[in-house]
Amino acid sequence: MEHPPEISADPHNPGDPAPVLTVIRPSRGWLAINLREIWTYRELLGFLAWRDVSVRYKQTVLGASWAVIQPFFSMLVFTLFFGRLAQIPSDGVPYPVFSYAALLPWTYFATAVTSSSNSLVGNQQLITKVYFPRLVIPLASALPALIDFAIAFIVLILMMAYYGIAPTSNILWLPAFLLLALFTALGVGLWLSALNAIYRDIRYTVGFLVQFWLFASPVTYPASMVPERWRTLYGLNPMTGVIEGFRWALLGTGDGPGPMIALSAAATLCLLLSGVFYFRRMERSFADIV
Amino acid sequence: MTTAPTISVQGLSKRYRIGARQEQYQRFTEVLTNTLAAPLRRLARLRAAPPPEEVLWALRDVSFDIDQSNVVGIIGRNGAGKSTLLKLISRITEPSEGEIRLRGRVASLLEVGTGFHPELSGRENIFLNGAILGMRKAEILRKFDEIVAFAEVDRFIDTPVKRYSSGMHMRLAFAVAAHLEPEILLVDEVLAVGDAGFQRKCLGKMRDVSRGGRTVLFVSHNMGAIRNLCGSCLWIDGGRLNQRGPAEEIIGAYLRSLSDEDDGAVGERRFPDAPEKGFYLSRARLVDERGEPVSAFSCDEEIRLELTCRATRPIPGLYGYLSISRDDTVVLVSDSQDVSPNPLDAVEAGEHVLRLVIPRRTLGAGDYSVYVNFTSLMSEGGFQVDSPGVIGRFRLDDFGTARGNSRLGYFSLKLPWMIDG
Repeated sequence: MEHPPEISADPHNPGDPAPVLTVIRPSRGWLAINLREIWTYRELLGFLAWRDVSVRYKQTVLGASWAVIQPFFSMLVFTLFFGRLAQIPSDGVPYPVFSYAALLPWTYFATAVTSSSNSLVGNQQLITKVYFPRLVIPLASALPALIDFAIAFIVLILMMAYYGIAPTSNILWLPAFLLLALFTALGVGLWLSALNAIYRDIRYTVGFLVQFWLFASPVTYPASMVPERWRTLYGLNPMTGVIEGFRWALLGTGDGPGPMIALSAAATLCLLLSGVFYFRRMERSFADIV
Repeated sequence: MTTAPTISVQGLSKRYRIGARQEQYQRFTEVLTNTLAAPLRRLARLRAAPPPEEVLWALRDVSFDIDQSNVVGIIGRNGAGKSTLLKLISRITEPSEGEIRLRGRVASLLEVGTGFHPELSGRENIFLNGAILGMRKAEILRKFDEIVAFAEVDRFIDTPVKRYSSGMHMRLAFAVAAHLEPEILLVDEVLAVGDAGFQRKCLGKMRDVSRGGRTVLFVSHNMGAIRNLCGSCLWIDGGRLNQRGPAEEIIGAYLRSLSDEDDGAVGERRFPDAPEKGFYLSRARLVDERGEPVSAFSCDEEIRLELTCRATRPIPGLYGYLSISRDDTVVLVSDSQDVSPNPLDAVEAGEHVLRLVIPRRTLGAGDYSVYVNFTSLMSEGGFQVDSPGVIGRFRLDDFGTARGNSRLGYFSLKLPWMIDG
């Protein structure tokens, strides 16, 4: 078990703030998550996330419009192939809005997973030279994609206005689904970043994984296409809950929070917790192997 | 005042699996096939402690205490475990055994400019680097102007760091680090870069840091810097704590051990008495500016050669010849006849000490051998004179230039670069 740093007060020196006593010992087994320590490093978390955001668009011509281009063009392609040619149903809303509303959380998820998977390897210089809770790194790299999400969201508002779709009170649930997307991305990102530090070929599998996952999630088709009796089970894919939840909150399609979304939330929680514990277990050797 | 030591290290060991070290990361497919082929064997190997021959102890059973406000140097050869020790204390990597107790905030400076991003401006990097080193945003804001002034980069503060010269980059990075205010500061060889002026400034700043009641652990190969800054020293050798004590004493012992080990690279060498010769060398010493026999110098130190000679009778026309070679090429020659009057000419009988000084910043970094010969212009007259040959070797390290030891050439002279207008 972990030995958390002890705090000791210095009785001889009441005027000064007591020096913090840190005890470093070899750790064994599974480590607890030290949320308080992460909280003390929140500024570093912010700075690292901010660095990724500001570096991303430096020396790019189109700058932040890239955040829109990616989901928007995917939406055009999906509309053409799946909406027009394959005539895939879209729960009664125009296919472009239907797919774009799904592409928003999906693009966030895909970007966040990809960047946090590479985060440990990409920051090896920091890991081998400075101490801070290592969880900060994948955590910080899952955040910048939220900025892209926000920018792309403006386009959704314009599209909804164009098609005359008014949001209902369901929209109050949206933050919850966004949080679910964040946790899912983080859970996957923690697993993959730790694995990537140890087995460097994980990097090549992330692209595949994300691609397959796209078609395993109801981005281009509605969850209602899945046979009734399998639908709840379909919620085992956490992105099912996220995407269906997004559509329900924004466009009013689908069933809304129910067994399927609940199962997705549970799957997310499992993914996140197991990811954190696996990461913590591997963390002690990162500086030696990265 | 606390009585408990600021840093307390007990039985500290760090073990590396040699396999894991050589092949730093594994290929997943390899592991997969291994696992599929022999799952039990693989499992057993992961579970069991690695067999002793696969293990490398980077640090073994090291214990010491350091009290508050001490500046302690850590010296030792490459690979002795100095950096591992700092990494363990700064929690970058975990110990395999033992315990460290630290009282106070720790900041480690294992490298200058950790986390600097070339695309970001100087201003942005100050904040980023400060946060990485453990400063609060409010603290960075408060010290911002001071940091910029120390780094002397005010005009370029909004320029991306990738357009900085390496000197500016260095100065900015060190300026951020120098403004850290931890109770415990760990510094690894960061002063080995940068120009002499900036080095002096950094050393001054570090001295201020230690006066401020902070405890500093300082790893360096630069004995001059250690001597300047540290009151005491830890000498790590082969992963173990070899000696600990006053800096002067430990540095001396360490340098002597280097000379003893390295065959031929002796700071001091004695020669057998040869009374049948009219003039002979009895002792040759290479000493540093403090008169200590050493075999490794920095380019910023004088190299002093002391030759103790005995003359059994005055020898007319006697002169000495010295040549210094690197890679079998003579790079420097000196002849006592160049001095007038030649001090050896008919020198009276008895013991004499000849002193030669190679000024600072003359020879470049490298390994040198020293050759000495005595001859008499009138040797045909049958005067027996000693020709000792190679009397010693020494190594020179360049810590005071931008390129350091990788600087090519036989000289370490710094030429002035002048520009008009």
